[in-house]
Amino acid sequence: MVHFDHVTKRYGSLTVLDGLDLRIAPNEKVAIIGPSGSGKTTVLRALMTLDRIDDGVIWVDGEPLTHMRRGDGLVRADGKHLRRMRSKIGMVFQHFNLFPHMTALKNCMEALVRVLGLPVEEARQRAGELLAMVGLADKQDEYPARLSGGQQQRVAIARALALRPKIMLFDEVTSALDPELCAEVLGVIRELGRAHQLTMLMVTHQMGFAREFADRVCFFDSGRIAEQGPAREFFDAPRGERTQRFLRAVMDAG
Amino acid sequence: MSESFWDWAYVWQVLPELVDASVVTVKATVSGFALALIIGLAFAIARMIGPGWLRQTTIGIVEVIRSTPLLIQLFLLYYVMPEFGLTLDAMTAGVLALGLHYGAYCSEVYRAGLEGVPKGQWEAAVALNLPPWVTMKRIILPQAIPPAVPALGNYLVALFKETPLLSVIAVLELMQTAKLLGSESFRYIEPITLVGLFFLFFSLVAAALVRALERRLGRGSGRVAR
Repeated sequence: MVHFDHVTKRYGSLTVLDGLDLRIAPNEKVAIIGPSGSGKTTVLRALMTLDRIDDGVIWVDGEPLTHMRRGDGLVRADGKHLRRMRSKIGMVFQHFNLFPHMTALKNCMEALVRVLGLPVEEARQRAGELLAMVGLADKQDEYPARLSGGQQQRVAIARALALRPKIMLFDEVTSALDPELCAEVLGVIRELGRAHQLTMLMVTHQMGFAREFADRVCFFDSGRIAEQGPAREFFDAPRGERTQRFLRAVMDAG
Repeated sequence: MSESFWDWAYVWQVLPELVDASVVTVKATVSGFALALIIGLAFAIARMIGPGWLRQTTIGIVEVIRSTPLLIQLFLLYYVMPEFGLTLDAMTAGVLALGLHYGAYCSEVYRAGLEGVPKGQWEAAVALNLPPWVTMKRIILPQAIPPAVPALGNYLVALFKETPLLSVIAVLELMQTAKLLGSESFRYIEPITLVGLFFLFFSLVAAALVRALERRLGRGSGRVAR
């Protein structure tokens, strides 16, 4: 479904992704963990086309994400190709990034009307269903500022699902939330994974959730995958010394 | 000394003509400012998301306009452009000069507003696959403009108070009319004082309107005051 083929991303002299190779199967749930600055968020940002990669190719659904085939080679994709590829992917952000001047419902309707071109009534109905799915049917006319962090993040999940992506990216979606609000957001994600055919990539610090929910865990260090494996195996018997140290530090902290 | 310092009879005599002239002043202000709002926004957007050459050109134009007096721009448009085949009537030249000059200033205000929109808003728009112009119109501008309104309002009042400059290219606005009246009767004190009062009145009205607009925008956004 997704294939990072020797992908490199640099910020100035800093290499955040260092020839990354990563394959993700359809419907697979992958948790990405690692110390800050290890490049884990960049994986999602590159996949959402928010960050340009400097080298390598990202394949989505058998097609290059930010390149187009031209003859035998690949050239940088134009806007049309990018828009088509992006429509397969949805993303939820650490800080929600809801549109503050729109109600919860309007947040979810925006792409339906402006991207899919649905009639307003149909978009309203579909957005209402999405909000009901994340348990916020009664909040659809509230502005984001009047919602709790957990509710805002659930709206953001509903909004990202509006275009029916095949791949969902979750970038530290509970990191900005008070602990008691995390559960409601993780509950929504768990339900999503159960009820829908979605490929999911999540950058997370919630080790308990990663262990229970993910099929596979990738531990990032210095722009590479230092260790990966099936979730239970990974947490129960980490092999690398670096991994063990990281997990010990995280467990001690929380 | 038979003549008094202030002649009420003369005041009533010139008042209708000054009221007519005030309409010209208000027209020049409203059209000039409308133009400034549009030009300013175009400059700000070009400068923010345009291709490199457009960005540099816009920065250059804005800098030149802001660094030269409005009076000179007015002369250029009215007296020099005809040399290049562009003849404008006085009012059009005046409105154009006001619009360009204040457009350059307004673009800086818009720019601050645009830059104040968090990066996450742009990223959410990309993630939702919204086309760039939809992102600008529906997501960015509605957040960028309300905070810019007070500063834009100040420029409205400033532009209004600079309309007497149009008298130098013989637009029959308030100042020009007052000067003509004065030169006919050799009494300047009444017409000039009246013009001052007109400006005071309209400035206060404009300031009140801007404040009302600010309040409306503040309420409409649905954001909770923190």
